[in-house]
Amino acid sequence: MEGAKGNARDKDTVGDAVGVAPTSRRKFLAAAVGLTAAAAATPALGNPNNQPPNVADWTRTLGDGVATRPYGHPSQFEKEVVRRDVQWLTASRESSVSFTPLHELDGIITPNGLCFERHHSGIAEVDPADYRLMIHGLVDKPLLFTLDDLKRFPRVNKIYFLECAANSGMEWRGAQLNGCQYTHGMVHCVMYTGVPLKILLEEAGLKANAKWIMAEGGDAAAMNRSVPMAKALDDCLVAYRMNGEMLRPENGYPARLVVPGWEGNMWVKWLRRIKVGDEPWFTREETSKYTDLLETGKARQFTWVMDAKSVITSPSPQVPKLGKGFTVVSGLAWSGRGTVKRVDVSLDGGRNWREARIDGPVFDKACVRFYYEFDWNGEPLLLQSRAMDSTGYVQPSKGDLRKLRGVNSIYHNNGIQTWHVKADGEVENVEVG
Amino acid sequence: MSKSAERIRHPEVRAISALTRVFDALRRASKSGGRASFAGFAARSHLRMTGLALAILCLSALPSIAQTKPHHYGIGTAATPEQIAGWDIDVRPDGQGAPPGKGSVKQGEAIYMERCAACHGEFGESAGRWPQLAQGKGTLASNDPVKTVGSYFPYLSSVFDYVRRAMPFGDAQSLTNDELYAVVAYVLNLNDIVDDKFVLSKETWNTVRMPNQAGFIDDDRETAEKAFWNAKPCMSDCRPPVTITGRAAVIDVTPDDEKSRRRGGVE
Repeated sequence: MEGAKGNARDKDTVGDAVGVAPTSRRKFLAAAVGLTAAAAATPALGNPNNQPPNVADWTRTLGDGVATRPYGHPSQFEKEVVRRDVQWLTASRESSVSFTPLHELDGIITPNGLCFERHHSGIAEVDPADYRLMIHGLVDKPLLFTLDDLKRFPRVNKIYFLECAANSGMEWRGAQLNGCQYTHGMVHCVMYTGVPLKILLEEAGLKANAKWIMAEGGDAAAMNRSVPMAKALDDCLVAYRMNGEMLRPENGYPARLVVPGWEGNMWVKWLRRIKVGDEPWFTREETSKYTDLLETGKARQFTWVMDAKSVITSPSPQVPKLGKGFTVVSGLAWSGRGTVKRVDVSLDGGRNWREARIDGPVFDKACVRFYYEFDWNGEPLLLQSRAMDSTGYVQPSKGDLRKLRGVNSIYHNNGIQTWHVKADGEVENVEVG
Repeated sequence: MSKSAERIRHPEVRAISALTRVFDALRRASKSGGRASFAGFAARSHLRMTGLALAILCLSALPSIAQTKPHHYGIGTAATPEQIAGWDIDVRPDGQGAPPGKGSVKQGEAIYMERCAACHGEFGESAGRWPQLAQGKGTLASNDPVKTVGSYFPYLSSVFDYVRRAMPFGDAQSLTNDELYAVVAYVLNLNDIVDDKFVLSKETWNTVRMPNQAGFIDDDRETAEKAFWNAKPCMSDCRPPVTITGRAAVIDVTPDDEKSRRRGGVE
């Protein structure tokens, strides 16, 4: 692939996570593929002693008592449902990314322990007793808040998706990674509990020329981004809980910025400081990184909004082979511009489309779950999904996106994904033309 | 914008009349088939705030205002000048925030070799997959763009602020102000932006011209990509028969952890 060659020379860290493996790696072991194939269409054999007419072990004996698992974990049989990284992508794991296993999940909420990670200098382990949020700059009264202070303010609960701007960045030049965990796994969707940023800014009192804020993290990258005041006062939050419990360290414990619908890099984790100013800062993360290089050599900056996007999570390359007969196609869709209004599914690579069924709640700037059910007769499929949002935006094909942006953008790749389902039920990531 | 800030700070004054106006506007917009939604409007108005968008801001703030009076909760403590000084490290393109101090290219070279070269290469050419700092001029429109301080960064502050807060990797905020000025001066010199005798300081800040300062445009997706808004996307016979033009399996770079492939049931 000519694209892979070009990518191989990219030496940037994961913000530019579009590289290709420095050396070719060995193929899956034939044995492993064989096992996968055997397990696909027919149920696993398991242990007949636990199956009817026999009575299973767990039906005869006592199990663990309460509180033997004071913080519960998934079943021992779900150990493969984990975040994974692509080690050739970055120079170090401290400045890298791990991906949400989208192919193992359903509904719209991502479990906390499976939310993708993106750190620039590793996970800051912040002692909540020492946590402080500083608000200063163009304010009447510079303030320091403790975590307890933040928890005293009125709070709201909001479900939002968070997508890294580099999600699918490795696919700009062609199909590269076999699995939606890797192609689309830099997204998650949880319920945040936190204080509207507006309340905190008003507590400090904005001066008349206050037009921008700069949010800064307390990690060893002290990650900083500029956010226009209109957005800061509209729907941003300083969140301290996700899915009811305190934020995980990987996600910014004890407090992070929530910038609904906008690129994940702006959702500064381990938030330690908000400075109010009258101009943007043009930080490294909004100039050298997180800008979208076009074919002309000019780059778009401040491309905050995440456009509508969707992906079929099952069938997909990492899940068991598809068997003939009744089939549920399941997928995830989101838009940073509003709500997802509709999702279409194509079985023939985008020639013909049918409307999918959105199931479960539909929230502003949150993920929705869609299904398309049909009988698969064993003919090869080119599966695609296409999201439409409340502004009328329609997720474009990869070809249409490349026509307008070229292939050097790295960020904001929301092109339509194609999965090839082969006659034997195996699924692979392909490009179509 | 100052007007808007004023209004936003006193939303209760205007909220009710704004609410009426906004509902009318939204109703009109949705009837006409326009892209009317609170989210859509709010998102599209971030740079050029229209009166309508302003009103929406007030509107969306309404429920919380109703619940959250009074505006000042008396929570938090005053941040002292000393506390602020310890954390106030950001620097803007105009040099606002730049600390006192200075450093020469020559001084910077010694610091760079000791603290930076292992990852970034002695000439900024990068070791392994760490970011490349120098060269790359004229590559941005090519099939192999190389984005460096010289070829891509628009402002001196974009690199200075970053080094000040995040470098050296793993030993952040360990450089003195003089060392910081020196090492940034050296990186500029590696990119032929300043000469060998240059001394970087607050005083010389504005003499530095970054080559790619004019290389950026604001987000224009809503006009440049207008075609992606389509109320009635094609549903049938939308394109000629489709062929596969590329396969991830051929590139073969997916992590080969066999367990990432799920098998059916329990084995």
